[in-house]
Amino acid sequence: MLVTGAARPLGGRFVRRIQRDPQVDRVIAVDAVQPEHHLGGADFVRADIRQATIARVLAETGADTVVHMDITATALGSGSRATVKETNVIGTMQLLGACQKSPTVKRLVVKSSTNVYGSAPRDPAVFTETTPPKSLPSGGFAKDTVEAEGYVRGFARRRPDVAVCVLRFANILGPSADTPLASYFALPVLPTVFGYDPRLQFAHEDDVIEVLRIASHEPERGTLNSGTFNIAGDGVLLLSQCSRRLGRPTVPLLLPAVTWAGSLVRTLGMTDFSPEQIRLLTHGRVVDTTQMRETLGFKPKYTTAETFADFVLSRGPGLLPPEALAGAVDRIAALPVAGGGKPPTQSAN
Amino acid sequence: MADAKVIPFDDDRSRGSAVQRPQRRRGPGGRRKSSEHVPVRDVRQVRETRTTGDVQTLPGRVAAQDDGPVTPEPAEKAASSGNGLERRLAGGLSFLRRRLTGDYEVDDFGYDEELTDQVLMSLLRPVYERYFRVDVKGIENIPAEGGALIVANHSGTLPLDGLMMQVAVHDRHPADRHLRLLAADLVFVLPVVNELARKLGHTLACAEDAERLLAQGELVGVMPEGFKGIGKPFSERYKLQRFGRGGFVSTALRQGAPIIPCSVVGAEEIYPMIGNAKTLARLLGFPYFPLTPTFPWLGPLGAVPLPTKWTIQFGEPIPTDGYPPEAAEDPMLMFNLTDQVREQIQHTLYKLLVQRRSVFF
Repeated sequence: MLVTGAARPLGGRFVRRIQRDPQVDRVIAVDAVQPEHHLGGADFVRADIRQATIARVLAETGADTVVHMDITATALGSGSRATVKETNVIGTMQLLGACQKSPTVKRLVVKSSTNVYGSAPRDPAVFTETTPPKSLPSGGFAKDTVEAEGYVRGFARRRPDVAVCVLRFANILGPSADTPLASYFALPVLPTVFGYDPRLQFAHEDDVIEVLRIASHEPERGTLNSGTFNIAGDGVLLLSQCSRRLGRPTVPLLLPAVTWAGSLVRTLGMTDFSPEQIRLLTHGRVVDTTQMRETLGFKPKYTTAETFADFVLSRGPGLLPPEALAGAVDRIAALPVAGGGKPPTQSAN
Repeated sequence: MADAKVIPFDDDRSRGSAVQRPQRRRGPGGRRKSSEHVPVRDVRQVRETRTTGDVQTLPGRVAAQDDGPVTPEPAEKAASSGNGLERRLAGGLSFLRRRLTGDYEVDDFGYDEELTDQVLMSLLRPVYERYFRVDVKGIENIPAEGGALIVANHSGTLPLDGLMMQVAVHDRHPADRHLRLLAADLVFVLPVVNELARKLGHTLACAEDAERLLAQGELVGVMPEGFKGIGKPFSERYKLQRFGRGGFVSTALRQGAPIIPCSVVGAEEIYPMIGNAKTLARLLGFPYFPLTPTFPWLGPLGAVPLPTKWTIQFGEPIPTDGYPPEAAEDPMLMFNLTDQVREQIQHTLYKLLVQRRSVFF
């Protein structure tokens, strides 16, 4: 089995976990940089998937399963956005080219994202795998995933003997996740778009590892693990709920101001507060996971709310911890008469 | 429906001029249910019994809305209502606590049932009960469970008719059903409006969302006339416009959900649209920009709707589960059903208009 993107925390965890499965003889972990974490007993091959060397690695090792986890939004270390884009798109092309030449490859698993749907006010409330996006992502990571998925579809047509599984993950959160949304929630004060309360869905790291495992093995009886699947925890959280549960106050800004501030931050190179990130935090995105349950046969351990609770535990309290607020309300309740004059609109937003 | 001339408007107006005389006002109160439209004193009593009756569902919210009826209440009925007030206060505080800590649930569409029931409905209810004095007929035509599609006429420049329909179903239906409205995409583009719409349980008017809601067994409300209906000039009031492309029929057919035609009378006159500033509308990105006798001449004051008397009638359900599965693809059947629904709404509108004694009473 060959795993790309092993230098990332999530890739490393997957490599360590997959070796314990009896069906797996040998795991080859590939990345362009040396991973900081240990990889269990896996063989690490330092290769850049943007180069043709990946074809040689694949041919020499004779891997039968390829797990492509190197489609990511953020650079590892100090890479620029251009490098990330190149790894996402050119890397995927090279890897698929190598797979096409290799006679031994029987299974390909690609870690994609629900970003491919974009988010727009004219979209249906819930996306299924077949929903065509009303407004295609215009750039950034979302466009990378759309293009990478296009190449994967082309590969699936050319090599019908290879089982191809594309997993579209909702925002991945967990104690060690390094997604853009996780770094957004790490801000002391959360800037939000005034007048919008987006619906968000999360997938827990543990569930991500588990579903990647299911997809990279032979399917169980009555299930099918080739095709495209949305992966997300049950339920929905609003951004306002997230900020309250996290205990971080929000600062509503007007949409143009947010866009402007986002581009300013990007030019300064502080964080990747990309336009599609702003769109997600404006309109939100919810996907349908019926296919994941019924066809893939995967039941996530964590719901969206539980995933977020786990994330909150790992982050520590913010400026306005929910416990303190609850305590304050309880103290008001304990007072003999007071509290009657609470304006009802206070809680309406 | 070209023969829309039967509307007895002149009749209406002549009776409308009788507004000032007090004995004219007495009349309707006697004929209707006492909870509907009797002088202020009685309304307040009804309200008090209601708020104390179901403290659990409306803790403190209604009470906080209008200070008038609540403050004298404990003085009048000492022990029991004092207890009720305390309980209401405790309910309100636990509600506040849940809201502040984010400990509440929303569904996939962003529908916040708690907020809708306890805050947003209490804000809409005075408009529904006191301002438009909505009369609801045929609420028994809405099934107690299972998916159903309510199809209504659309009017009034601003979509207040949808909101009033939602309050009507929420307050009047014995099975406590919630109406999930399908709204135009403009609603979801505008800030604040989109947030409130999602929390009220509205979603985008598209086949995917409607089918998903019906499959979940929800009550879905749709106004197929869309902007053509809501933005039509005053001279065309109560003339139904084209019903879109009849997409709502194929959605209902695919889910086997009954179609309930609904006629709303009174919403047409809240903002008599005598003109349409098309250039301004195009500049702002709106489908129309209404000019009424008061708006925009009087500024924000002109945006206050006229206090018309409303009637909402839910008609006999039209079953759709008797058709074969391929019926949803049959355009002929679709057009026939669309026409049937449209005619039923139009006829009910005429009937209600003939019965109506005045626009305002």
